[in-house]
Amino acid sequence: MMVPEALALSAVLFCIGVVGVLTRRNAIIIFMCVELMLNAVNLSFVAFSRLYGMTGQVFVVFVMTVAAAEAAVGLAIIISIFRHRQTVDLTNINLLKG
Amino acid sequence: MPNFFYELHFYLFGLFAIASALTFVTRKSPVAAALWLVSTMFSLAALYVMMDAHFIGAIQVLVYAGAIMVVFLFVVMLLNLGHPDELSDLRGKWGRLAAGLLGLAILAQVMALSRTRPEASLVQSDFDRLAELRGENAVAAIAKPLFSDHLLAFELTSVLLLVAIVGAVVIGKRRAST
Repeated sequence: MMVPEALALSAVLFCIGVVGVLTRRNAIIIFMCVELMLNAVNLSFVAFSRLYGMTGQVFVVFVMTVAAAEAAVGLAIIISIFRHRQTVDLTNINLLKG
Repeated sequence: MPNFFYELHFYLFGLFAIASALTFVTRKSPVAAALWLVSTMFSLAALYVMMDAHFIGAIQVLVYAGAIMVVFLFVVMLLNLGHPDELSDLRGKWGRLAAGLLGLAILAQVMALSRTRPEASLVQSDFDRLAELRGENAVAAIAKPLFSDHLLAFELTSVLLLVAIVGAVVIGKRRAST
């Protein structure tokens, strides 16, 4: 049923997202990498729903809702940071650094 | 037994998703990155449809590729981040090396985890799943568990969305005093 292949693809996409979060400094691109990781998790939910029934797909709907809420709030935070600092480079946002 | 064309298209869309994702994390310009991410999401939507999740495939295109990525592009447009040549936002050499190693380690772990066998007692037989899908349309197959077994979570999600709307407006609002 192609479930192991889908899980492997989901793992690869998730790790690409992780590497993106770790290597980039632009806050918007980091947010998009987080979206990619959420998509990878959705893919494994759908793959598992082929084995275990429809609950996996219901979870995908919830994950999408949370992703939409997260994008709205996160981008509002980025805009407000940009207004104060004139940058979205995360190395310049170091107020909490000791 | 899935036929040859099914597997061919599955691998085709899977490889396209990986290639788009790799291009996405290496683009300098946020707009190009966003468009490659949209392409990843489209190939994932195709995979969802191939795995009998038709409704999920539809809302993947509508909500993710349509709504969320448009919000990202709007923010990129509002911030006006300058020419892509000027913003090299990659971390230094050691940072990239560490990130790559960490990514490979996580990939190995997740791959090892996905090799485990599924719990046999929980697995629905192929016949059950197809009957579930064939008895009703693709939306009803999701809507029934969503509005019966997961009703509380659904209502809480609506509260979450309300909080997110109010939070986004409050955070994004320009203060009159400053």
